Amino acid sequence: MQWDKDRIRNFCIIAHVDHGKSTLADRLLELTGSLSGREKTEQVLDRMDLERERGITIKMQAVRLIYRAGDGREYQLNLIDTPGHVDFSYEVSRSLAACEGALLVVDAAQGIEAQTLANVYLALEHNLEIIPVINKIDLPSAEPDRVKKEIEDVIGLDASGAVLVSAKSGQGVEKILERIVANIPPPAGAAKAPLRALIFDSHYDPYKGVIAYIRVVDGAVAKGMQVRMLATGKEFEINEVGFFRPALSRVNELRTGEVGFIAASIKNVKDCQVGDTVTEASRPSSVSLPGYRKVTPMVYCGLYPMDTVDYESLRDALEKLKLNDASLIYEPETSEALGFGFRCGFLGLLHMEIIQERLEREYGLGLITTAPNVVYRVTTAAGETFDMENPSKLPPVGKLDYIEEPFVKATIMAPRDYVGAIMELCQERRGIFTNMEYMSVNRVILSYDMPLSEIIYDFFDQLKSRSKGYASLDYEVAGYRQSHLVKLDILIAGEVLDALSSIVHSDKAYFRGRHFVEKLRGLIPRQMFEISIQAAIGNKIIARETVKAVRKDVLAKCYGGDITRKRKLLEKQKEGKKRMKQVGNVEIPQEAFMAVLSAGD
Amino acid sequence: MSTGLYIHVPFCVKKCLYCDFTSYPFNPHDARAYLKAVGLEMRLYGKLLTGEEREVSSLFIGGGTPTCLPAGELIDLIKDIGDVFKLLPGCEITVEANPGTIAREGLAQLAEVGVNRLSVGVQSFQDKLLKVLGRIHDAGTAYKAVQAAREAGFENVNIDLIFGIPGQTAGDWQETLRCAVQLSPEHIAVYGLQLEEGTPLERAVARGQLAACPEDLELSMYRTAIDFLPGHGYEHYEISNFARPGKQSVHNLKYWLVFPYLGIGAGAHSCLRGRRFSNETSLELYLDKVFRGEYPVKDWEVISERMAMAEFMFLGLRLLQGVDLGLFNRRFGKRAEAVYGSQIARLAAQGLVEAGEGRLRLTRQGLPVANRVFREFV
Repeated sequence: MQWDKDRIRNFCIIAHVDHGKSTLADRLLELTGSLSGREKTEQVLDRMDLERERGITIKMQAVRLIYRAGDGREYQLNLIDTPGHVDFSYEVSRSLAACEGALLVVDAAQGIEAQTLANVYLALEHNLEIIPVINKIDLPSAEPDRVKKEIEDVIGLDASGAVLVSAKSGQGVEKILERIVANIPPPAGAAKAPLRALIFDSHYDPYKGVIAYIRVVDGAVAKGMQVRMLATGKEFEINEVGFFRPALSRVNELRTGEVGFIAASIKNVKDCQVGDTVTEASRPSSVSLPGYRKVTPMVYCGLYPMDTVDYESLRDALEKLKLNDASLIYEPETSEALGFGFRCGFLGLLHMEIIQERLEREYGLGLITTAPNVVYRVTTAAGETFDMENPSKLPPVGKLDYIEEPFVKATIMAPRDYVGAIMELCQERRGIFTNMEYMSVNRVILSYDMPLSEIIYDFFDQLKSRSKGYASLDYEVAGYRQSHLVKLDILIAGEVLDALSSIVHSDKAYFRGRHFVEKLRGLIPRQMFEISIQAAIGNKIIARETVKAVRKDVLAKCYGGDITRKRKLLEKQKEGKKRMKQVGNVEIPQEAFMAVLSAGD
Repeated sequence: MSTGLYIHVPFCVKKCLYCDFTSYPFNPHDARAYLKAVGLEMRLYGKLLTGEEREVSSLFIGGGTPTCLPAGELIDLIKDIGDVFKLLPGCEITVEANPGTIAREGLAQLAEVGVNRLSVGVQSFQDKLLKVLGRIHDAGTAYKAVQAAREAGFENVNIDLIFGIPGQTAGDWQETLRCAVQLSPEHIAVYGLQLEEGTPLERAVARGQLAACPEDLELSMYRTAIDFLPGHGYEHYEISNFARPGKQSVHNLKYWLVFPYLGIGAGAHSCLRGRRFSNETSLELYLDKVFRGEYPVKDWEVISERMAMAEFMFLGLRLLQGVDLGLFNRRFGKRAEAVYGSQIARLAAQGLVEAGEGRLRLTRQGLPVANRVFREFV
């Protein structure tokens, strides 16, 4: 198909996690003949196994569909996939910036969720044409009319023309393609102008180096061209240009309005950052595309190898992951209890879990992850202020002036019936109520200012359980505030275990300490000697539990010579022991280091 | 090296509530088919094994309840064995017996065909505890069974006892031990009750209908046995076994010293030619395979050197005399101290094992937590 800017449509899909985005994307690919039967089996846009397991998309990818519309002409439709989790909202904003339109997919039974709303607002900010799509209309509980009204009331979009579909059965999906052609404007941009292309995603490929997903805004990018990244100033020679449909197709150039990828033997994703502008080195544009920003980690934790000899392997693995993930930040640190490891920064908890699982799964590393914490801003009595990423680094009380912690603006959407339970939860989590609005007769939007650290502590799980799964959450960072915070230490067998220290609000310190030691008592297996577990603030012990010593552990029966079974039993016990970290004399299981997360409430 | 031969008889009058071994309710029809299959399986091995491997220095007929078979059939079985295997002079021939299934005439016939050791499952001398265990006999029957064995001419009798039964008190256990030594058997085995998953007893405890024996009580019962029995002439020679001098179980020693043994019958285990293997546990599958002329083997594994060394250690440590470090060296061509140096040092520092006279053994402190020691070697 010849390049014709007027016959290009760039769009993305905005949907809540389980509202059927991936299934719909598959249907669109099928209808445009982009997907052979063999490829059809899985939801192709979700590439990594991990993503598939969690049912969410972490890395975006763009797919080109060729569609012959009702007017008899062929159109190039570029579907840009977007992540569906609050941790990745910056990446969402970049992929929205690469589009002219968006499908807003809403579950016909569940209605709009907080995450969807946040992304719709982002899309409106980018002036995208939004096509409402109501999915799962074949569900018995589907209420398309109620959902339409909700879209109108809450977002202010005309939903009378919403496309009603079932992505699962394929019903109505073809209509979406016609609407894309008819409603979404073709890209603007100057074909003759110097090159400007937006990097909206990138990933590291061991053979090609970094693959940058781009949207050409002005001009064209061609194989052999020397390009410059405007933010980093780095220059590279393009050695491959192409697009995915979803199989990789190489072309000589991508022209104004087109979406595809470039590769230029770039060794590290940090040289090719999401949001940066690609221009031609010999004929550069001086105007960056708007919206670039450096990503800042929100959550930190310590990562330590179970076995100290794996330190180098862990460093190598982090280095490799970093090639592919510019938002991952790490630096070496040392724990008295755990030895050498790294303090790592993440966009959020999900991002942290994903990295942790990839390290374990893809690199076969046994890891100890300490409980995540936010970055505290500490001002000492001497008047110095610094950002503290590790709770064990808090100066003693005598040298402290005050501590500030990051707050977020949290938006929670829920059916009216759960408002009481949710307000109670927010109260417990030190939330400051700011607003309540009715989306419709039955659905409410609650706004709170909350400490980010309280959201980390299983807030989302609690929110879900107290609202029977109906509430949804979105939040954005809203600066630092001073709070009365203290350091909670844990002593095992009389020794402070630095990796278990955490920062808590003083009103909750006793409660958290109590729960934490109880939880640890359940997690630390009985050993040959009695183990004391204590929680302390400064020198004051606030809670204590004891793990009793093992008195008897012997298998008597040896009938019939079934030695294999006996050996396997011993092997299993030993395997369990391997997942323990020896701290002093005490064996502590991996989970213990994360236990502080769910301690309390 | 002569072989230990084990024959499994998977029938019982009624399965005990704590038992997770292969066992079916006795009926004459199944039993006849089974014994025929056992004969066939033995003949398969008769063809496979070398003359030396067919030389047997211990024979153990266990179950289930071998004595629930009619005496004539049990005797035919023992005669069958002689057709395939060579029972060496002095061969220990043990038959396991449930006190509820022993008649003096039957015992005399067994003695006549060469059975020279009887292992009686007494378990307890308190009727209330026998009921908890689901045994088919009472304490009185157990006394009579041992007497009957004596009268039938058995000079080597073992009795099995169980401690840690739900509801058992320290006093109950002391009384059981006293009764046991009064009967004056040559060998006493004391087992801590294991609540095996899926057994009725385990489920009753899980549902809260019975209270499991507290760990500290169970430990003190074990200590009582260890202190009491040696004072009455029984040497504590293995974690759970006590014997009069020279009356240690030859057959069980083969398990602990990793000698070759062959198991015949459903669910029986073997260790031969560097492999461990076990038979089909289901009676149906076992019969099916044997009657088709196949070996009824279900699972098997080759024992790697690493596994062999681990087994040598953790099985040998079950014996109070400990493992013979010189023998380890001769068997594997390396020193145990070189292979397990750090483990041995750590365990010794914890006071769980001690070395001396070329042996490594569990200490008195190590005995009740032997699994903690064993797992260091796997």
